[in-house]
Amino acid sequence: MANGDRQRRRSHPSSVHSLSFGRQSSEEVLSLIGGPGFSRLVFCNDPHCLQASILKYAGNHVSSTKYNIATFLPKSLFEQFRRVANVYFLLCALLSFTPLSPYSALSNVLPLVVVIGVTMGKEILEDWRRQMQDIEVNNRLVKVHRGGGVFDNIKWKDLKVGAVVKVDKDEYFPADLILLSSSYDEAICYVETMNLDGETNLKMKQALDVTSKLQEDLDFNDFKAVIRCEDPNANLYSFVGSLEFENEQHHPLGPQQLLLRDSKLRNTDYIYGVVIFAGQDTKVVQNSTAPPSKRSKIERRTDKLVYLLFAGLVLISFIGSVFFGLWTSDDITEDGSMTRWYLRPDNTEIYYNPRKASIAAILHFLTALMLYSYFIPISLYVSIEIVKVLQSIFINQDLNMYYEEGDKPARARTSNLNEELGQVETILSDKTGTLTCNSMEFIKCSIAGTAYGIGVTEVERALTRRKRLPDEEVHGDDTSDNAHKASVKGFNFFDERIMNGEWINQPHRDVIQSFLRLMAVCHTAIPEVAEDRREVTYEAESPDEAAFVVAARELGFEFFDRTQGSVSIRELDLVSGKRVERNYKLLNVLEFSSSRKRMSVIVRDEDDGKLLLLSKGADSVMFGRLSEDGREFEARTKEHVGEYADEGLRTMVLAYRELGEDEYREFDEAFRAAKNIVSADRDEMVEEVEDRIEKNLILLGATAVEDKLQNGVPDCIDKLAQAGIKLWVLTGDKMETAINIGYACSLLRQGMKQIIISSETPERVALLKAGDDLAVSAAAKANVVDQINRGKTLIKESRESSDAVALVIDGTSLAFALEDDVKDAFFELAIGCASVICCRSSPKQKALVTRLVKIRTGGTTLAIGDGANDVGMLQEADIGIGISGLEGMQAVMSSDIAIAQFRFLERLLLVHGHWCYRRISSMICYFFYKNIVFGFTLFYFEAYTSFSGEAAYNDWYLALYNVFFTSLPVIALGVFDQDVSAVLCLRFPLLYQEGIHNLLFSWKRILGWAFNGTVSATCIFFFCIRAVEAQAFRKGGEVVGYEILGATMYTCVVWVVNCQIALSISYFTYIQHLFIWGGIVLWYVFVLAYGYLDPYISTTAYMVFVEACAPALSFWLVTLFAVISSLVPYFTYSAIQIRFFPLYHQMIHWVRNDGQANDPEFCRLVKQRSLQPTTVGYSARFEASSKRLDKKPEQATTNIE
Amino acid sequence: MMSGDREISSGSRAVASQIRRCRGCEKALNQFTQQNLPACKPLLTPASVITIFLVLGVAFIPTGIIALHASQKVTEIVERYDADCVPPEYRNNKVAYIQDSSIPKNCSRTVKVEKHMKAPVFIYYQLDNYYQNHRRYVKSRSDQQLLQGLNYSKTSSCKPEESSNGLPIVPCGLIAWSLFNDSYTFSRGMELLQVNRTDISWKSDRDHKFGKDVYPFNFQNGSFIGGGTLDPNIPLSNQEDLLVWMRTAALPTFRKLYGRIEEDLHPGDLIEIDLLNNYNTYSFGGKKKLVLSTTSWLGGKNDFLGVAYIFVGWSSIFMALVFLLLHLRYPM
Repeated sequence: MANGDRQRRRSHPSSVHSLSFGRQSSEEVLSLIGGPGFSRLVFCNDPHCLQASILKYAGNHVSSTKYNIATFLPKSLFEQFRRVANVYFLLCALLSFTPLSPYSALSNVLPLVVVIGVTMGKEILEDWRRQMQDIEVNNRLVKVHRGGGVFDNIKWKDLKVGAVVKVDKDEYFPADLILLSSSYDEAICYVETMNLDGETNLKMKQALDVTSKLQEDLDFNDFKAVIRCEDPNANLYSFVGSLEFENEQHHPLGPQQLLLRDSKLRNTDYIYGVVIFAGQDTKVVQNSTAPPSKRSKIERRTDKLVYLLFAGLVLISFIGSVFFGLWTSDDITEDGSMTRWYLRPDNTEIYYNPRKASIAAILHFLTALMLYSYFIPISLYVSIEIVKVLQSIFINQDLNMYYEEGDKPARARTSNLNEELGQVETILSDKTGTLTCNSMEFIKCSIAGTAYGIGVTEVERALTRRKRLPDEEVHGDDTSDNAHKASVKGFNFFDERIMNGEWINQPHRDVIQSFLRLMAVCHTAIPEVAEDRREVTYEAESPDEAAFVVAARELGFEFFDRTQGSVSIRELDLVSGKRVERNYKLLNVLEFSSSRKRMSVIVRDEDDGKLLLLSKGADSVMFGRLSEDGREFEARTKEHVGEYADEGLRTMVLAYRELGEDEYREFDEAFRAAKNIVSADRDEMVEEVEDRIEKNLILLGATAVEDKLQNGVPDCIDKLAQAGIKLWVLTGDKMETAINIGYACSLLRQGMKQIIISSETPERVALLKAGDDLAVSAAAKANVVDQINRGKTLIKESRESSDAVALVIDGTSLAFALEDDVKDAFFELAIGCASVICCRSSPKQKALVTRLVKIRTGGTTLAIGDGANDVGMLQEADIGIGISGLEGMQAVMSSDIAIAQFRFLERLLLVHGHWCYRRISSMICYFFYKNIVFGFTLFYFEAYTSFSGEAAYNDWYLALYNVFFTSLPVIALGVFDQDVSAVLCLRFPLLYQEGIHNLLFSWKRILGWAFNGTVSATCIFFFCIRAVEAQAFRKGGEVVGYEILGATMYTCVVWVVNCQIALSISYFTYIQHLFIWGGIVLWYVFVLAYGYLDPYISTTAYMVFVEACAPALSFWLVTLFAVISSLVPYFTYSAIQIRFFPLYHQMIHWVRNDGQANDPEFCRLVKQRSLQPTTVGYSARFEASSKRLDKKPEQATTNIE
Repeated sequence: MMSGDREISSGSRAVASQIRRCRGCEKALNQFTQQNLPACKPLLTPASVITIFLVLGVAFIPTGIIALHASQKVTEIVERYDADCVPPEYRNNKVAYIQDSSIPKNCSRTVKVEKHMKAPVFIYYQLDNYYQNHRRYVKSRSDQQLLQGLNYSKTSSCKPEESSNGLPIVPCGLIAWSLFNDSYTFSRGMELLQVNRTDISWKSDRDHKFGKDVYPFNFQNGSFIGGGTLDPNIPLSNQEDLLVWMRTAALPTFRKLYGRIEEDLHPGDLIEIDLLNNYNTYSFGGKKKLVLSTTSWLGGKNDFLGVAYIFVGWSSIFMALVFLLLHLRYPM
């Protein structure tokens, strides 16, 4: 606060800030106001006036909930019944109230109600969470002008359009505001927009001059103004309006005055603003769109499976109806006599009328559709949803994916895609912030042609380590040789020649001085002076900019204050040899943009009055802008820049020049004019003006900043590669850096053939100079196509020699390669390569590449990124993983799962992904199995009742089968099953192949399970009826009736499906035991309890167990026999399959069983089997290098697949 | 389990900090959330597969032998009489014979006892091709009426045998209406064999499903007589034939208990059966059989269970051998 006060009292020199609108453009703006789309009228400081209440603008209450009390029922029911299966069940439920029904209506409706109820409960819970969030937001407090110059706290939701609010430092803006004034005299303020666009840098806003004087609460006592502006829209970066204030004058308003809701006030003590858009009208709410909902492949296949079952169901219903029709028509013979007289076919409803047998058959078809509804697992979808939510909880809870330093666990933001994690074929990764930490360390520099800095980069270290110790087991925790850990964040520079003020003894000390001064002045960082310590910290737009300022500080040029018009630095005066404070009057900032690749500032040195243009930028643009006499160190610097890039460092070239007063004045006018143009080509005009002044520069030197790799990235990439996952790196970086990071991550290695497709060819440059755009692009495209074709032949060759090939392509070429006529060829090339690196790619290209990979391979793609520029990619990919790192929340907000570090991807995919995939696929297969078993027993029994539609079981047995006796084990399977422990999953990445090839959910496997279900049902039914036939079934001579056969068969079914699940899983905790055996016990308990109910309720189940079944030994013998014999076929099959044709996970079981899992030698052998020549990662790198040494073909490298 | 669930769902944020409870719970909870619970991971090793097959074989073969033995011990005499009881002149039109009430339906059959039959000897009638499990048939009853009699009037489920002549029928419905009404008397030589016809139904039916003070009313009074009639002076709960009949059979071929002969029958005994062949199975081509059978602990005569057990037992042993050979032939 004290800091703020100091700023507050200081009087700034008159503003030179470039972004205030000039007079001449205001007419243009004003002409729009009042027209269509620009009709909004805001009466400032008078939100309750008559006109305002007529307008009825939205209040500031926001709601992100899907439902409210009134809409919940219809809306959520609509959602539910969009599923075909649910519609079917609803129809069944409705039909069950007609005489068509084979069972009582209640027993049919109840499961549906339970299932729908659980799903709706889940919806309520989720919506309630959103509601809580809304309530929190809506009840935040903000100071609002109450009249008489008094500001009171009111809740956000009560805020009205037109109200004047006062927002303090570090508070969020409650609505879209027009900035009126701030604690600064120039009425500027700094805003952090991280919640909007993920950018962490501060943006400066400035109020109109006319309102900037309203700096006290009391000033608002009689403040009146009218704002006319555009209607609410979603465009965050544009705004048009006008302020009518004092003497009916219209002042134009632009984005510079607009403060957006959900952004935060920073570095400014307070601001006053007037609400113009509230609640639903705010730009951020207008902008929020629901993220595209993604469904997993398994889920889509499950839908198909359900349709298949539907088809089966219709088929058997049809068969049944035909037979029923024939049978029924025989009930009265042609001469009019009845055959089955006991059915009274002469006196019957339409449903059994033999004279209208065809109609009866059609009606019976409906009955059959209802009866066989037990083929369709009603609880499948809700079970899958429950299971997935629980799975996500496990993912969130995993301590191995918990990032302690940032207190960030993994966050599965959607649970839809858990199993998809087990099938990832291609990972598309961002580089910065994902593979690298996005923490920049100033490590080297080249000043006046001399290279300084002896620090060793991470990349260099990794490379020397690999060369020295190519043994894979030694990797990892060798951070110990990082002995001189950087004591200052962002600074890892060591060179005695220029540190601690020694630089004044260097030959080019004036150049060094200019160099360091440039680093201290030419930036947009904002210093924050901590009160207790004398240390200055910086907030900068990008970490490398922060690294510059820190480096300048550490080298003696401490930037410590920035005001609106000046930059203050403590520096060494060469003449006096003392540290002095110097102010540089900041005249203009020529901002950085991706096309300009440079930024400059124009400052006036307040001591000697010189005008300086200080410039820094990428080597590609800077060297061309040097003056003839500024090229003294060009050759040496270029050499150094090349070296730095080779080491994977970010380089920046620094240059400056002095400006003449006239030249500057001319520039300033042109610049202001260009800035004030309100038209589409404004930016171009500004750039052109900037371009004109940024030339004839004098080269000072170059800086190198290290982009640090994140912890464990090479290991992780190695494991993923062994798992057979392809990794593409999509980065905005320059090709050299990208390639270097590629080497550091072992995506590239020596001996790999590199296909480099670049558009930076000499011909192109020549054409560019000629300025013929069409020719340029045509030629460039032809060039790219040519390179692609050459690459393809190279791949063909290398396939024979089994060499790995890597593809590196730059953004410009990528744009051509993604054009419709080329993309097939490009894609063919890309999938032939072991690793693909796309550098200099724009966010849009990243998304396009992702889409291409997704569509063309048909495999699952996973995109991982951390920045706002990765959002497109994350949303396009099948799975988007956000790194909850430093670069804001934008990527996380649009991701499906957020993790804190790239290395957690290994566990997420190889352990959780694999488990979830296995769990869900086994679960679905099993679901179909158990319903087929049940459905087929019903069908068989039908055949013995002349297809009359009588169910074999009591109504409530039917109803509770899916929701009660068999549901918990299958949920336990879906949540807890582990084929292989986490440790072994990680040790044998090969296991992941099961998911990629979809072995566990192939049609073969699904149909296998369906077949198994049919076999089980057949065994159960025929063994039961053959065993009990017509004879007495117990000592007392009683025979088996309908109710006893039903109970016996049902007992067998419950036993068989529960034992089947016990047979097919190989992982039992007490939970599995509890659920599986509990399901069976539950059935006995149920039949006992149900049997004791009044006969009116229990009907055929009355006392059936106590009186009839339990005392009969044959009941138990039949159950035992039917259960064992229906399981024997599966048992035999799986015993033989596991022993002689094991799948990967079963191989690992054998390995574990033999105790070989802990034998490092054996693990190495297994690992080697998973390495193909095209695998990347350092294990493969080691293999490849030893292979090159041996020069003999190695059998072990053939793929085991 | 449940408490664990709630725990993990309530807080998914700071994982490490949330576990602050007793030591034991902490450990268990940690194992749970980290999916690291102690687990049994059985593996189908060749040894265990062979053992399981052998154990199955060893357990099943004796069980099968015992079951088969029990079934073999049961003596059963089955006498089909539906065809032979039709007088020769009606052989071509059995339906006319059975529907003509003026023709006496008496019939006499003689069966020879081959093996000793220890009392009680159960008497069953067996019907064939009779769909007591037809949906229309099964539904056509009113359990409430059987219990409450005329007090209960919502008997629409009994259609078409709900009422006749404007009066409700007790017991209503197709099942009761089609009550089986052949009757048998047995004599050995000149001696009349006593047939005990009580306790042939389920006790729960007598006590709880059929009313003790519900008497047949307006039964078989319609134009179309179905099966047997009931004595209107005996309460339903004591009409055991009806109780047996109304426990509908599961399959189209079924037996129902008629009574018990509570004397031993000896080999060579000739049993003369005088029967009234009233019940019409001719129109749908069903057979009628009379069965005299003893029981064992397993019930009546049916070799299936024993044979099946033995078969599966031997198959298991066979599988064990095959598996062993395969295992030795193709070592891992």
